[in-house]
Order: sequence, then C-alpha cells, then structure tokens
Amino acid sequence: MPEARTLVPGEATGEVLVLSQPLSFWGGIDPATGDVIDVHHHQRGENVAGKILVMPGGRGSSSSSSVLAEAIRAGTAPAAILLLEPDPIVALGAIVARELYGITVPVVVGDAGGRRVRVRATTDAALIERA
Amino acid sequence: MPVELAERDRALLSGAEGEASALAMRIVVEMAGVMGADRLIDVASAHVDSCLYHGLAGLDFAERLAAGGARVTVPTTLNVGYLDLLHPDLNRGDPQATANARRQMDLYAAMGARPTWTCAPYQLPERPAFGQHVAWAESNAIAFCNSVLGARTNRYGDFLDVCAAITGRVPFAGLHRDEERRARLVLRLDGVPERLLGGDVLYPVLGHLLGHEAGSAVAAIAGLPPDTSEDRLKAIGAAGASSGSVAMFHVVGVTPEAPTLEAATGGVPVPEVVVTLDRLRAARDELSTAAGERLGAVSVGTPHASLAELERLVGLVALNPPRVPFFVNTGRDVLAEAASRDLLGQLEAAGVRIVTDTCTYLAPIMGEIDGPVMTDSGKWAWYAPGNIGVDVVFGALEECVGSAAAGRVVHDETLWGPDA
Repeated sequence: MPEARTLVPGEATGEVLVLSQPLSFWGGIDPATGDVIDVHHHQRGENVAGKILVMPGGRGSSSSSSVLAEAIRAGTAPAAILLLEPDPIVALGAIVARELYGITVPVVVGDAGGRRVRVRATTDAALIERA
Repeated sequence: MPVELAERDRALLSGAEGEASALAMRIVVEMAGVMGADRLIDVASAHVDSCLYHGLAGLDFAERLAAGGARVTVPTTLNVGYLDLLHPDLNRGDPQATANARRQMDLYAAMGARPTWTCAPYQLPERPAFGQHVAWAESNAIAFCNSVLGARTNRYGDFLDVCAAITGRVPFAGLHRDEERRARLVLRLDGVPERLLGGDVLYPVLGHLLGHEAGSAVAAIAGLPPDTSEDRLKAIGAAGASSGSVAMFHVVGVTPEAPTLEAATGGVPVPEVVVTLDRLRAARDELSTAAGERLGAVSVGTPHASLAELERLVGLVALNPPRVPFFVNTGRDVLAEAASRDLLGQLEAAGVRIVTDTCTYLAPIMGEIDGPVMTDSGKWAWYAPGNIGVDVVFGALEECVGSAAAGRVVHDETLWGPDA
C-alpha cells in the first residue's frame, strides 16, 4: 500500500466510491442530496453521502469549500475523501465544517485499494485499510 | 513540516485581537500545513467569494466571524452574491434563501470589505501590481490575477479568502513562489485561421481546451496575436478554470511573465499539445448540450461584462433587438460607468435585461425559460446545465444577438471556416 498523507485528520469507515474524473463540488454536487449533478461528469447521478469518496482531485470553482462544508452540515457529504492529488480547497471545506459543527470528515492523499475501507488519519500518519 | 510563525501570527492565534482573528489565523495555519508551506507571508489585498450563499454553512461561518469582531485588515473587494441588490425584482429564490443570502452579503460588507459584488475585480480602477502577493478567490479572477496582472495568488477557496483578509497573511506556497509559476506544458496553435484568431469566439473555446489539457498545471499558449485583449484573456481563464483547475496560464508575447516561451518555461523542455482547427471545433461542440433551433433566452456577460463588451453589445442589439429574453451580467461599478455614457439607456431600449451583483447561472434570475439558453461564455455553458437545469447552446456574441433577434438558434459557420 503506497504511503498516504493526512490533509485533515479523522476516522471513517464506509463503502468506496471511485470517481474517474476530477469533480468541482460547486456545480458538481447538490448539497441537499449528495447527488453528482455535473452534466459533464461520467458519474452524474451517483450519490456521495456516507461514502469513502476517492477522487483524482478537485476542479474549477473556489466555492467548492463552501459546498463541501454545507454538505457536511446537511449530512450529505462523503464520510471521508481520498485524493490522488492534494487539493487545498477540498481540505478547507472539511476544516471549516469541523470548526463550525465539530463534525470530522478526514481528507487524505491516497488511494482506497478495496471496496470497503477504514480511514484513520492523524496529523502524523494516515492509514487506509480494508474493512 | 512545522509552520514558522511571526510574533503577530502567534498573538492573533492566542486571541490578542479577538476571537474572529484567532479563528481566521487558526485556519490559515492549518491550511499552511495542507499546502506544504513552511511560513506565512503578507498580502496586499484580498478578493473574497465567501459572501456567496450556498446554504447555511457559509452563513454560519460569517455569523461566527461577525460575532468574534471580524474586520478585514487589507483592502478587500467582494465577489458576486446570490442576489441582485440593484434589481431586486429579478430575485426569484425562495424567501428564506433570499433572506439568508442578504444577511450573508451584509455581514461581509460590515467587516469592512468593499461591496463591489463582482467576479471581475480586475475591471475596477485599483488592481494589484505586478509581482504583488494577494489573496483572491473566484476561479476566473484568480486566473486573470496571476496570468494577466502578474500579481500572485493561489486558488483561495471560500473561507480562506476572508481569513487572509482578516489576518493579512497566507501560506507561502504554490503560485506565490517563482518556480511554481513556470509553464509545464505548451499549447501551440497550428493552422488556426486569421479570421478566427481575430474574433472573440475563439477564446472561451481555447480556454475550455486549456482546462482539459492542463488540469491544474500552468500552461503556455503560443500562436495568439500580440495584441490579444484583456477581455479575450479573461475568457480563456474563465473557461479553463471551469473545465480544469487553471489558476495561471501564459500567452507567449502577451502576458507579462511570458515575453518568450523560454521565459515562460524557465528554459526547461516541456510537452507540447498542438491545437488545430479540428480540435477547436470539437471543443466548441462540447460546450453545447442542445442542438436544433429552439431558443428560450440568451445570457452573456460571464464573467461580468467589461465596458468594452457592453459597448460592443450595444452596437449589435441596436441593429437587431432581441425577441427572446436577453440578459447581460455586469458589475455595478462598470454599470455606473455605462450609465454615464448612455450605454445603459441603449441596452434597455433594445430590451436587454441588466443583471448586477450576481450572475444568471448561480441564482434563479431568469425565471421560467421555454427552451435552451444561448451564451457566448465558456464558463456559463459549463456550469448552467447543472446549476439551474437548462440546456445550453454556445455561440459567438454575434450569433447570440442574431439568434435572439430571429427567435431561434442561428449559427454562422463561416466564423469557424478557413480564411477566404
């Protein structure tokens, strides 16, 4: 398993949803439902709520941090986000949601390697294992 | 890697200047870790997008900052909000969302930020100087700031933008650093007709292609005319920051950090993507979700129209007034200038609806539209179908105006043909 890096600490376990393309949360996710709404995305119609979301990276809009924070507040966000490339705007949404609501959604640079995984991310280390 | 903090940074963290500054500095420091920065630097100004309502989380954050006594400490402009404050009859959101959105806009203005409500702050008289470090949000503005102004900003997302405005500090990472600003690939135009190079319609399409090819990497574009205007560079960046995560691009012989390709790349060999007319036509076609002649409305001015773009629009609609709803988005400062030059009167006389402070693709402004919406904006074409549930037809401004006058979509294929 390649080394993973913590961007935002936390723990989560869940089913893995792998996005084949980058996604901008703004314009890409409906925070009321967790549905992928980007008409250009191959996985439009999938739902990210409660999933361990694996994505190549973010895209586009600087509003994505707001939309992720809103999805975390509304309970429609992924349980954890695994990024293949670091994306500060994704981490930012999770950090602010933790500050506002005390809800942690770990954000890690790394891949899942399974259909159901547990993510344990501390500031020092990140562990992704099959669950 | 631990982040080295200055004395004032530590004072802010400890709450010496209030709870809001402490929260803002805590977020800046944690983001420094995320971004791999070992220290913070000062910014000269900020452009804040956190004022745009996306639900309660953004409003809750603004309330938390306001309750903690937040004030911006550097000159700060505000991006679009969810509402058109100058034309309130255009706002058709539900009353609760409208009230929340208004409250969020008011809170940011009360922190001392200028209520500019525009996604094109680079059209305001005071803009960042070459080489200055700033903290800008709004993806198209970020691309313009780095690429065209040569000022330095990362892709600051909502929340971090205002934290930077409050603390005056950002992580020293990414595009603030010389080496991160160099081109990692080049897009070379090959055999693109002069007529297409001389028309506005090329530029959003080229930006759309740039976003796909570059992703988040800095690219250099070679083969554009040396007098490529700021409005055309704006269109490249806006589209590239939608289909991709473009935060900076160079145009060789045009933008300030690319007098030559070697200057843009730092002399390092980089991969080359050849941009042909066929590739451009394919990219253009990706921007439409509807075919056929049906037309419900037209929306132009995304990002907000400049004065020059409004002048051009006046010239076209005066001869060919629209028969379907026709919207143009612009900033309130540009609108004031347009009013003083009687452009506003001419637009209204032709039946064009002016939208300020927000944009037709992010708020329920247009109302019930019967049929696809035509636009000359790559960014509007990219986002509107998902955001407001319309089909979109992309075309040149002349095609948008001609179609609106005809009441049906009319394309002019000669714009994309070979030179005569």
